[in-house]
Amino acid sequence: MNMMSATECLLQMCDEHFELEDYQSGVPRWCTGCGDNAILAAVQRLCRDEGLRPEKTVFVSGIGCSSRFPHYMKTYGFHGIHGRALPVAEGVKMARPDLDVFVNTGDGDCCSIGAAHWIHAIRYNMNITVFLHDNQIYGLTKKQASPTSPIGTKSNTTPRGSYLEALNPLTVTLGVQNVSFVAQAVDWIPEVLFDIVKAAYHHQGLSFVRIVQRCPEWLPKSLDPWLHDPNKVQLLHHDNGLQPSAGLSRVYKNQLQHDPLDIHRAREIASSTEIVPVGILYRNPQVPCYENLRRSDKLRTPDLTRAGLNAELDKYTIWPQEAKQKVA
Amino acid sequence: MNEMTIQKSMKKPGNKAQSPAGGKAAIKLKEHIVEIISDSGEGAQKCGQSLGAIAAQMGNGIWTTEIIPAEIRPPARSVAGASGNRIRIGSGYITNGGDETDLVVAFNEQVLLGRVRAKELKPDCIILLENMWRSHSDPKVADSYIETYGRLVAAGYKVYEIPMEQECLKLVADARRGKNMFALGMLCHLYSLELKLAAEQIVLAFGKKDQSVVDANIQLLEAGHKWAAANLDFCYSIPALRATEPQIVVNGNTALALGVLASGMEICAMYPITPATSASHYLSEVFENVGGIVHQAEDEIAACAFAIGASYASKCTVTITSGPGYSLKQEAIGLAVMGEIPLVVVNVQRGGPSTGQPTKMEQGDLMTAIFGSHGDAPKVVMAPGTIEECFYSIITARKIAETFNMVVVVLTDAGLATSQQPFPRPKFSETWMAPPVDQSPVPEGARPYDWDETTGLARRFIPGQPGGMHTLTGLAHDRDSHVAYDAEINEQSIRLRSLKLAALQKTLKAPALFGEPKGDLLVVGWGSTKGAIEEAVEMMRAEGKKVSSMHLQFLQPLPPGIKEIMQGFKQVMTIEGNWSDRPEDQIIDETNRRYSSLAILLRARYLVDVDCWSEVRGEPIKPGTIRRVLMGKLKK
Repeated sequence: MNMMSATECLLQMCDEHFELEDYQSGVPRWCTGCGDNAILAAVQRLCRDEGLRPEKTVFVSGIGCSSRFPHYMKTYGFHGIHGRALPVAEGVKMARPDLDVFVNTGDGDCCSIGAAHWIHAIRYNMNITVFLHDNQIYGLTKKQASPTSPIGTKSNTTPRGSYLEALNPLTVTLGVQNVSFVAQAVDWIPEVLFDIVKAAYHHQGLSFVRIVQRCPEWLPKSLDPWLHDPNKVQLLHHDNGLQPSAGLSRVYKNQLQHDPLDIHRAREIASSTEIVPVGILYRNPQVPCYENLRRSDKLRTPDLTRAGLNAELDKYTIWPQEAKQKVA
Repeated sequence: MNEMTIQKSMKKPGNKAQSPAGGKAAIKLKEHIVEIISDSGEGAQKCGQSLGAIAAQMGNGIWTTEIIPAEIRPPARSVAGASGNRIRIGSGYITNGGDETDLVVAFNEQVLLGRVRAKELKPDCIILLENMWRSHSDPKVADSYIETYGRLVAAGYKVYEIPMEQECLKLVADARRGKNMFALGMLCHLYSLELKLAAEQIVLAFGKKDQSVVDANIQLLEAGHKWAAANLDFCYSIPALRATEPQIVVNGNTALALGVLASGMEICAMYPITPATSASHYLSEVFENVGGIVHQAEDEIAACAFAIGASYASKCTVTITSGPGYSLKQEAIGLAVMGEIPLVVVNVQRGGPSTGQPTKMEQGDLMTAIFGSHGDAPKVVMAPGTIEECFYSIITARKIAETFNMVVVVLTDAGLATSQQPFPRPKFSETWMAPPVDQSPVPEGARPYDWDETTGLARRFIPGQPGGMHTLTGLAHDRDSHVAYDAEINEQSIRLRSLKLAALQKTLKAPALFGEPKGDLLVVGWGSTKGAIEEAVEMMRAEGKKVSSMHLQFLQPLPPGIKEIMQGFKQVMTIEGNWSDRPEDQIIDETNRRYSSLAILLRARYLVDVDCWSEVRGEPIKPGTIRRVLMGKLKK
């Protein structure tokens, strides 16, 4: 190792100080008032505050409005195919545990076409931070009902109103074995959104954050009841969870003390539809991460491969002198 | 691609015939095909594998083929339930499973009937048949046995009734466990194979269990050997051509897995599917010894996406599947093509379409491999033709994938997957392995898709490289990886991705020709049919026919020189294991006949009138069948 001089150290620290601009790429092409903008702001702030190295950070997404997210980050990004952001991110993390891996996925991407991967990603519990941008509608394809659309939602494929009860991403996630972090945020309370994004990032394991967000284009009024009545938002707080600021508490008086280790209570809280719970529903840092279970400490050198291959070949080899002796 | 050349390393046969126990003179043979069949779970597979291993240890050339019922546990004594193994034993190098069977050991007459009806036995095949059914307490069973026995004898088969059950019960309480070793003992006598080698196989198979199991099996083995010596009036010897260098004996799937091990790839993502899974089973067992990981994903799509994610962030990764899984992966494969992410996809082909014939051999996925995924999605397609090539093709595929940032599809099939054949033991070379992941800063001004105008090649930026930050996207994109809907950029990027195939083609050698460069008929094949085609050609050349063959390992891009080779022949045809319409069918004519896959490719590319013959019977195509077809073609 090279020894660094104090000046070099200082220079490097200076070098490693990041500004918001270091994470900003291009002008987001989301609609004015779209909840994605709020999520982008919170995540860029997280990157700056945590000093994440842009080259060691990867945002993986699928397809949909929310999945444009990586294009607006000046980090590595992977804008893949519909529904498959999670398995791509798992591959990245398995190959490169040294990278910080984030996933941006929408309600169609995660809860419909990619639902199988969602369930299994929770089970693998890899150290990945997942943001479910849930606006309860397909936006990019222009207004079709999604699995999280409230029953009766009128859309281009359900002109007489959607037929089925909405899927609840929180209860589904909390029902899967190995779940280790579930939180809910809403795009219109940026302070809590940021706190949750930060807590999710610091959790070791798969952090699943559902962000209830507005779609001003296709469902402009659907969240109005919650926006206009702060009492319909319930802030979860706990010594091991979030602690809302005094300012916030003045507006959001409906608060509930909830221990994020209590999964049964978390499931009850998650089931509420009239009141939107906001905060950390569940957090269990003890659940093992799949990459840690699977990755070996062995450094993969040519010598190791040579030895491993030869050991295997030995099992199947017929040596000529042996054959000679035995035939004779 | 010299890693793929077969090194024939056999000497001439020894002349000394062995004198078997019992004093009968052994009939010297050049080769024989032996089958052992039973109900599922009676151990015929084990018996057959051991026989193959013993013969290989003796220095014989072998090719073993599994006989697998489609169900895990088909009903006992059912015609479709035959489970077992078919071993072609020869003096010299054996390249395929051969024609019909010369001798069969059957544990009941029903599974035997299945083989008779499938026309797998020679007209004068020797049958060693368990006779316990003759006196079975259920009169229906006894009647069925007696009737079948009579019909087989009448048909000209040489049927020997063997009291296997009765003899085994003298030694063990349950003859169902152990009859296979009695049969192995008989076969060791019949083919003058060393009993000591058979005992070693038993220790290898049961050594982990307690000594009493090993002892009981060895007793059964010896009993079978003794019984055959005392009661059968014939025996054979197949003098061995001895190998001069170490050989390894594995099946195609194990060879694939060993190739993954040797190639320096670190992650294999898969989902269970017949007949590909055994490659992943083996890899799961051994990959971790060299720091590798087998990830069993939640589905085929996830397996492919996981592999893509890992490849994107690190070294090239492999996913192993079969037909239905390959179909499911198509969209993800297109993403790897678009993003120019190196990826090796192994498709162990099986019968299709749909669920088709999961355990059976077919070459039906060539077109899907080349043209699969929507839009223009150029990828490399390779097809190993031997067990040895299964090993080396993975190493080559990994290199091509990483050099060209492309998807490389390796097509094997159920035939190669479960067949065993000795080949020279590979000598590991560090050049097989991927270099370490580049984490150096990206040069100032470099762009994520700096396509070379001539070759379409671009360096790849890997996460962790300072200055290389960009968002890879499946959307049309420019050199900066920025989404581009511009007509010019879209067309240029498609052009440049396509050029990579041409660049690869420039590095390939013309395929080797088997036989003379001029003649009446050229046969072209790909994949597992190699040995059978070459054997048929060899037979015909010995009869003075001017026939040659050419076997293609690269199907996309097709290597240079093919047209020139074809021009040396009056007629060209392919032999393939995929469907082609039969010209003799009433409504089939030149305007509507669907040709076999490779024939279509050759006709389209070279404007040569390439005919084809194919069959999709789910079994490896036999050299004798090919010979008949070629003879017919020459007469036309």
